Amino acid sequence: MARKTVVPFGPQHPVLPEPIHIDLVMEDEKVLEAVPNIGFIHRGLEGLADKRDFNELLYVVERTCGICSFGHGNGYVQAVEKIMDVEIPDRAKFLRTIWAEIARMHSHLLWLGLQADQFGFESLFYEIWRIREKVLDLLELTTGGRLIFSVNKIGGVIKDIGDDKMKAILTNMSSIEKDMRVVQKTFMGDYSVQSRTKGIGVLTKDQIHELGAVGPVARASGISRDMRKLGYDGYGMIDFEPITSVFGDCFARIDVRLREVFQSIDIIRQAIDKIPQGELSVNVKGNPNGEALVRIEQPRGEAIYYVHSNGTKFIDRYRNRTPTFANLPALCEMLKGANYADVGMMVVTIDPCISCTER
Amino acid sequence: MARIMRFASTMLANLFKPPVTTKYPAEPIDFPEGSRGHIEIEIDKCISCSLCALNCPAGAIKVDRVKGTWEINRMDCVQCGYCTIKCPKKCLHMMPGYTEPEKEKKFDLFQRDPAVMEAERKKKAEAAAKAAAAKKSLAAKKAAEAAAKAAESPAAAKSEPTKAEQKPADQA
Ligand code: SF4
Ligand code: SF4
Repeated sequence: MARKTVVPFGPQHPVLPEPIHIDLVMEDEKVLEAVPNIGFIHRGLEGLADKRDFNELLYVVERTCGICSFGHGNGYVQAVEKIMDVEIPDRAKFLRTIWAEIARMHSHLLWLGLQADQFGFESLFYEIWRIREKVLDLLELTTGGRLIFSVNKIGGVIKDIGDDKMKAILTNMSSIEKDMRVVQKTFMGDYSVQSRTKGIGVLTKDQIHELGAVGPVARASGISRDMRKLGYDGYGMIDFEPITSVFGDCFARIDVRLREVFQSIDIIRQAIDKIPQGELSVNVKGNPNGEALVRIEQPRGEAIYYVHSNGTKFIDRYRNRTPTFANLPALCEMLKGANYADVGMMVVTIDPCISCTER
Repeated sequence: MARIMRFASTMLANLFKPPVTTKYPAEPIDFPEGSRGHIEIEIDKCISCSLCALNCPAGAIKVDRVKGTWEINRMDCVQCGYCTIKCPKKCLHMMPGYTEPEKEKKFDLFQRDPAVMEAERKKKAEAAAKAAAAKKSLAAKKAAEAAAKAAESPAAAKSEPTKAEQKPADQA
């Protein structure tokens, strides 16, 4: 009988861009149990709700995380709009959809790069981040910011994408698609990638269902759940299907995210095709009074925004349940029985975003 | 073997391509129009209303109404652009070009033209004096009217006590 040892994983670890601590109870090279410990970068953003008025809070909410900033702003704005019973113009809805999808591409490409870096495929990592640079340039061109866009407001958006910029998006999409085909072939066909990821960290559909995992982690195990299907923003007028896989291992999660990049390109093309002319925003008067709950699909999965307000400038409670928080139980389950060498791989495949988780 | 070499063609091609990165700072950066770099103010248009300072989520702006100064802490500003929306005179603009990194916090102070401020103050004082005068004359007019009414109808003044007498009777 081997002795049990506790090996700390993180908060500083080469595979982790952000700090999370996991205590691994090990027996020889096998993990018996994983105990997560979060709270290293808690900033109390939700608590700022009673110090900033509801318009200013949008800029605070957007800065929850640098990768899913557009989604956070979008979710919060939708919640306030729901309380105030505001219907935003169609053009604003489509613009939000376009930006959300470009942001999704940027997030997935960042993750794919980190994943390649994680198993030591440095040149693939550089290649992916080179492609991601084009996406960032597009974001800067259309919103002015590379990571944090601040283009939403309560009642619509503040910036328009002109026809020439739409064209620039489309031409860039074609070149990104071409580049991504090579990357996809490499990820899907390379022997070394497969040997590191196939059959590792398998979660079945039932397990995922019980643990309440969301986003690409759930979809890789065959649960076809995508909040974009709720039809918020312009998604109701766009034709797409959630991307799923049946294997539930690390390879399937890479596969799902890769195909989601192509899906995003497709959604952007459809949105640019269907976008109507018209106003960008409607005037909103008064303060919100009531409560609302909004679910949106972030690049990492379903995020929940809850706003409770009392008719004054300051809202009572703003709550945000982020996808990584929902995926942590799935990660701990996945780690049980894993080899120590695969721990880093599994932690990265849930696409951990600790800033979001701890807010 | 072929499966190991999937990426080889890309890697080989990259050996002969120029780098995608630019030679900054030798080669200047090309900012797209509307890039969020820093806030600029047209200080001549500013009326020291403080709306920008009150609404800045980061609390980066300080406005002094008396001295007529407008100060921004460049390191605190998060380039959200909310002040440019809130400014009633539209004198704040988001311009391309980032603030350079520095060891200490960088403040930029702008001073409004004292002559303009003096003129504004005079105008305000004049307006206030006018308003006060108008109020005075209105009050005087009202007093005169009331006096005239009282003089015109002593009967109305007389009827009031009768009303007061009726009240206790009603209650009983
Ligand atoms: S851009 Fe935002 S953070 Fe900067 S000064 Fe204006 S309101 Fe404040
Ligand atoms: S909101 Fe505009 S006019 Fe008012 S103090 Fe600020 S810069 Fe000046």
